[in-house]
Amino acid sequence: MTLILWRLAGLFLMLSLLAVGSGNAVIPEMQRTVVRDFHWMTDRDFLDLFAISRAAPGPGSLIVALVGQKAGGLLGAAVATVSMFGPSCLLIHFAASLWHRYRDSAWRERAERALAPVAIGLIFASALALVHGTEHGFAAYALTAAATLVLALTEWHPLWVMAAGAGAGWLLGL
Amino acid sequence: MARLPPLAPDVTPGVAPVVAAAPALRDIAWVFLSIGMQSFGGGMTAWIRRDVVQRRGWMSEQTFVGGLALAQITPGANGVNLAVFVGTTLRGRLGALAALSGMLLVPVIAVLALGAAFTHVRDVPGVESAMAGLGAAAIGMNVANGLRMTRRGIRKPWAAVLMLAIVAAVGIAGVSLLLALAVAIPLALWLAGRAEGVGS
Repeated sequence: MTLILWRLAGLFLMLSLLAVGSGNAVIPEMQRTVVRDFHWMTDRDFLDLFAISRAAPGPGSLIVALVGQKAGGLLGAAVATVSMFGPSCLLIHFAASLWHRYRDSAWRERAERALAPVAIGLIFASALALVHGTEHGFAAYALTAAATLVLALTEWHPLWVMAAGAGAGWLLGL
Repeated sequence: MARLPPLAPDVTPGVAPVVAAAPALRDIAWVFLSIGMQSFGGGMTAWIRRDVVQRRGWMSEQTFVGGLALAQITPGANGVNLAVFVGTTLRGRLGALAALSGMLLVPVIAVLALGAAFTHVRDVPGVESAMAGLGAAAIGMNVANGLRMTRRGIRKPWAAVLMLAIVAAVGIAGVSLLLALAVAIPLALWLAGRAEGVGS
């Protein structure tokens, strides 16, 4: 049991700092390690956990809590979650502190103006990647477009739009 | 339930004016708790912007978009990183802890509970279709959020061109993120500096 906890900690402490861009970047490596190296579950099990983490609110990288739970119970879930989020959160905390210290400097102002198009471009790029990855059919494209229009042009609460999307997906049999 | 300062009403388009005073820790924790509960299907950064910039005016759009860039560049889930950035900027170390724990509390419990119930839920007809529809709408939320940010974030032609180049490279051509960042960030800094030099 202790060995499992150490392995969980070691795996996710490492993956935490490798997940550049988003938590999704390390999913294939995670799957390989927990299925092939540690034999904690089958590929099918891992895909189930992936689906669950997408169904729950919050970041998709919470799949690590499920992997930890599967391998080592609630304690495993806690170890996996803290290991996955700890290093990356410390890093962004220090970066943000440093960034905040220079809030009135000219170079930060310039860096913000330089980074804005990069940040916004990546938002659109990840939306495109998601559209490709989920094999959008015509109905799904229409849903995405409708949600985009409503949320860009009105101040309706997004939860209603999400609920309408789920209802439409169910009715259309997406 | 923590009491919060009044919101910019939902019917007013645009962005709340930036408030001067840093919010209380419990307000930060509460706002991120509600974000964590609501962010189904992804789109956490959109939820954070909606609350922190648009409705409460806790930080300017410019500070937020800079933080979004930092959250994307550093490793880790973008939404979680952005929560830590917002918390740190507003109230330092304790603010970061309040934002992070507030945002993850409900999702961690939810994901473990769903995991326990999953074998019963998996085969209910329609669940998969509803999830696909929700996912499609959540992508729309991200796109809408990006469009809103272009109003203040993209003001010069070079910025628009750079943004479109990133969309094409990463979103369409599938260029790796590390490579795209290694090219785009120095280029963006140079372009921003040059634009400044011409203007003055």
